[in-house]
Amino acid sequence: MLSTAQMLEKYYLVDKLPNIWCAGCGDGAIAAALVRAVDELGIDKNSLTQVNGIGCSGRVGAYQDFDVIKGTHGRALAFATGIKLFKPELTVVAIMGDGDCGAIGGNHFIHAARRNIDLTALVINNRIYGMTGGQSSPTTPFGDRASTALTGSVERPFDLCQLAIGAGATYVARGTVYHIKQLQRLLKNAIAHKGFSFVEVVSQCPIYYGRYNDEASPAAMLRWQKESAVSVTAAQGLSPEELQGKIVIGEFVAKDEPEFVSEYQALIDRYGQEAAE
Amino acid sequence: MTTPRLLQGNEALVEGALAAGVRFFAGYPITPATEILELMARKLPRLGGKFIQMEDELGSMGAVIGASVAGAKAMTASSGPGISLKQENIGFAIIAEIPCVVVNVMRGGPSTGMPTLPSQMDVMQAKWGAHGDHPAIALAPWSVEECFTTAVRAVNLAERFRTPVTLLSDAEIAHMREVYAPPESVETIDRPRPNCPREEYVPYRPDERGIPAMADFGSGYRWHPDSNCHDEYGFPATNNHAVGDKLVRRLVGKVNDYAEEIHWLSEERLEDAEIVVFAFGSVARSASEAVDVARSQGIKAGLLRPISIWPFPDPAVAKVAARAKAILVAEGNLGQLLGEVQRVAAGRCPVAHFSRVDGLIPRPEQILARIKELA
Ligand SMILES: Cc1ncc(C[n+]2csc(CCOP(=O)(O)OP(=O)(O)O)c2C)c(N)n1
Ligand code: SF4
Repeated sequence: MLSTAQMLEKYYLVDKLPNIWCAGCGDGAIAAALVRAVDELGIDKNSLTQVNGIGCSGRVGAYQDFDVIKGTHGRALAFATGIKLFKPELTVVAIMGDGDCGAIGGNHFIHAARRNIDLTALVINNRIYGMTGGQSSPTTPFGDRASTALTGSVERPFDLCQLAIGAGATYVARGTVYHIKQLQRLLKNAIAHKGFSFVEVVSQCPIYYGRYNDEASPAAMLRWQKESAVSVTAAQGLSPEELQGKIVIGEFVAKDEPEFVSEYQALIDRYGQEAAE
Repeated sequence: MTTPRLLQGNEALVEGALAAGVRFFAGYPITPATEILELMARKLPRLGGKFIQMEDELGSMGAVIGASVAGAKAMTASSGPGISLKQENIGFAIIAEIPCVVVNVMRGGPSTGMPTLPSQMDVMQAKWGAHGDHPAIALAPWSVEECFTTAVRAVNLAERFRTPVTLLSDAEIAHMREVYAPPESVETIDRPRPNCPREEYVPYRPDERGIPAMADFGSGYRWHPDSNCHDEYGFPATNNHAVGDKLVRRLVGKVNDYAEEIHWLSEERLEDAEIVVFAFGSVARSASEAVDVARSQGIKAGLLRPISIWPFPDPAVAKVAARAKAILVAEGNLGQLLGEVQRVAAGRCPVAHFSRVDGLIPRPEQILARIKELA
């Protein structure tokens, strides 16, 4: 595995550091896990393209030495779709927040999954809107507090992995910042998978989610990730009641289905052949 | 020349765009722009290009931007509600300097309005639809032939200036059929691409005309297009007053300082005209006929027809205002270009107005009656 020094040297725009993230935020560790996954896959830096959304999570690419387009809030997967369809030889990874992907970008999310376009969607789920100061998000658990839900959210949250599965994603996995080695492995598998890959990382926002929910220390939040995690296999033996408050981690889906960009290329080839005959 | 064919406006527009090198289209169905979507779906894969029907217009505009950074000449087309949805990403394309073409086949009214009827109500939206200070380039055809030629020009201007270009058509122009023989080939312009050593590439460092060189994603020239105000490296500089000031001024200046390169007007009988009608697109067709009839009745009328609407053709209007007895602005909205003509005329001659907003193009007699009142 790349040492931190090697990683910074090879993949980071060191002159752009320090980053904007608060101390104890999960975003930096996730960014590093992504880079290490890319490195282990041996992908050339020139052929990896990142698309970022808007939010604290949307700053991952700003410090990294890839082509990175930081689009508008919620539209990362639409930008990514245009890049991948026009230039299939690029490996495209879109990084979004839970609000970015699950609220404003929800439509692009389910349709990218439905098309099974060969992209990796990485969602950093801190269960709150970080950049705008701690408003509730579609993944804020029922009863948890946020600046727009001071006495506890009265909305039901999304399970983003189940949403991805329902929409047809062909690779779906969840990790946490605490289980960082596993996350790196999941990201590797997701990027290598041909089709729409969805990886949700449960992360910590000590500054807003933590403060609003009496859990402000990053260490306590990481401990919570460690103690609440159950593997996909272990979860199969648990009842819905027993799964309450748990984070199910690991791979939910990994399957082969027709992939959109290849299908489109086949169409082009067919027309080309017809024209030649 | 190819052999003359009966072509529909939207069809000629697609042919022009493809001739100019468009190889990516993303859209969402909406009348009266749907034929563009359907023709692109049919033609692009046969040319090795890419088409996608997205889940909505926000996504269509996003996909167009993605394809453009990957090196494509890219286009989308829509009408009223869809154009409104595209605005945020059009703003992105402006600040990140991503060339692309947005066709607006205009319909009347706010919201879904009058879907199948012509209108010219989106003239100001084409200039100010996206928030923030920014430049705008918009062209407007009046015939099937011009659907082809303005499409070519729109693609070329987008590449030349690295900014979105709007094509303003309407149901009348889009659906009319005329005989036209598109040229075998057209002159094309490609965005400036870097040719310096990769490590010397500064993605937002402008050339002497204010335009930075644009690398294709994946070419090894690294860059970070960003929605925020950014420095020459594309790195966000949202609290840096000097950087923000410089960027906004350059974005506007790179177009407005070269406006005469964009200005494209057609003049009919202007040499000695006393009453000058100022009209574009479908309305100008009636205005042209009204001018002919007025001339046959001894009235010295003429037509100034902007084919490029934005940047506004100030010099041409100023020239006319200096010697005409009156200018009559005829348009399919309640005065969006009237204000522009008044601003440029600056009291040098009276500026009268004719508008029709009921989903019909004015009849020549209606414009003629106004010409006679002014003569
Ligand atoms: C169209 C639009 N609406 C609202 C915003 C303001 N905004 C910026 S980031 C953000 C939410 C961030 O939350 P999330 O996506 O969960 O990412 P995080 O900051 O937690 O990483 C919002 C609402 C915006 N930039 N654009
Ligand atoms: S506000 Fe929260 S998500 Fe944003 S950088 Fe700080 S800790 Fe991280």
